Amino acid sequence: MDLSQALEVATRSDPGMVRTNNEDSVLADPVHGVVILADGMGGYNAGEVASGMATALLGTELSRAIEVADGVASLDMADLRDLLNDEITRANGAIHQASVSHPQYSGMGTTLVTGVFHDNRMSVAHIGDSRMYRLRGEEFSQVTRDHSFLQEQIDAGIISREDARHAQNKNLVTRALGVDARVEVEIHDYEVEPGDIYLLCSDGLNDMVDDDEISMTLQALGANLELCAMQLVQMANDNGGRDNVSVILVKIRKPFPSPRGWFSRILGRAGIK
Amino acid sequence: MAKLILSMDGLMLKEIPLTKERMTIGRKPQNDIQIDNLAISGEHAAIVTILNDSFLEDLGSTNGTCVNGQQVSKHFLQNGDVIELGKYRLKYVNEVPQQAASADFEKTMVLRPGDMLKKAADQGAPKTVDTQVGVKDMLAPTPAPVAPPPAPAPAVTAAAPADAALPLAAIQVLTGANTGKELVLTKTLTTLGKPGVQVAVIARRPHGYFITHVEGAQFPVVNGKPLDAQAHQLSDHDVIELAGVKMEFFVKS
Repeated sequence: MDLSQALEVATRSDPGMVRTNNEDSVLADPVHGVVILADGMGGYNAGEVASGMATALLGTELSRAIEVADGVASLDMADLRDLLNDEITRANGAIHQASVSHPQYSGMGTTLVTGVFHDNRMSVAHIGDSRMYRLRGEEFSQVTRDHSFLQEQIDAGIISREDARHAQNKNLVTRALGVDARVEVEIHDYEVEPGDIYLLCSDGLNDMVDDDEISMTLQALGANLELCAMQLVQMANDNGGRDNVSVILVKIRKPFPSPRGWFSRILGRAGIK
Repeated sequence: MAKLILSMDGLMLKEIPLTKERMTIGRKPQNDIQIDNLAISGEHAAIVTILNDSFLEDLGSTNGTCVNGQQVSKHFLQNGDVIELGKYRLKYVNEVPQQAASADFEKTMVLRPGDMLKKAADQGAPKTVDTQVGVKDMLAPTPAPVAPPPAPAPAVTAAAPADAALPLAAIQVLTGANTGKELVLTKTLTTLGKPGVQVAVIARRPHGYFITHVEGAQFPVVNGKPLDAQAHQLSDHDVIELAGVKMEFFVKS
């Protein structure tokens, strides 16, 4: 099922004002309802390699699996979760393998946040400190919770949210794709409503621009997603742009239920998918 | 490395480097920092240091712990904070070399379980080439930045000085029902027009105000010329036409 009529998508990735290379990588496939953002780390160009591998591998595999599944029957959320987990685990293995076998990629890794839109719902998988936010009406909220040392300190009550802005350990992630042979993926799924705007971003945005300002920008410019994406990057750069900045915006134009014919119902009931 | 400077009545008594992950302060001798004074509880407070950040915690002391004149139970110490215990003052000094701090600032690194203590211990040890055991691979190949990094400042305050340099501007409506009405452009973004019909946005940036078309078939007209999809920088006394209404942009002195 082609979701490109139901989902409006805009992406933007910028090296920022200080760095010369861009270690972020973004991918959007509105037809299959897949969006992926990765923020790579590692010396020289290893960060780009890790994030590039993550988006390319995952993008291809997820789109293909959804294409195949759509031909037979609708995927349910549990299928989708398994699919995400399997493909992310596989990408992790590939990146880790590359880092072990090529000395110049040694120790590379990447954060990941990915959303798969399917049957009026969305599955979100993330690793590290790249985020997803949601604007529903006037309510702006953070969908993902960072896997970072700072977030752990906040959770443990060691440090308050206000103090966290000034912390020096902002950039330590506790999970990343590709740094170990194993990876723990966090996956949740959510109901999606027409009018919702989802923002996926690298920490280059949320470290430079307050949540309030991000929220205001989505509300003011939600009617023009391309302009909104450009404005977010521009704000990060106007504030110093010390890191690569990447954003993916997804606006839900209309409901996107999966077609449920008698054929797929029977197959579904019989447990054949 | 962070340290505390102990003083009383303005007289510096000693310097205490924060070498341990957890250091206790109190009257009793088993404390890491012993202050033998009756105003100090046996076990008064503790300082937990993780990497470059230190946290002060009052351990339920009788007379309490103050930082910069405020009573605290738990406090995230900032460079220059003064901890007051009775007549004693402990100044927290954590001068991170500016260059290193800003260069490392945005470099995301992975922290694996078990690395933390190792890393904390490394920071305490004298600096040798191969410290940073756990995250060495991440750090080693990082080339030193060639260009001098900009002055480090947290995101929130970074916007403020830039904004301060920009004069305040406003929009005054010239025609229609709202004639004479003035709208001061204090926000980063100000939208104008009717949603669904025609909307434009004025972005307040460090070097000026920019108008951009957001939605609608009609594009805004500035000084009689329609805009294209690009942002257009506004000059004092520009006249904007939007959704049939004329308005003037002007800089407030």
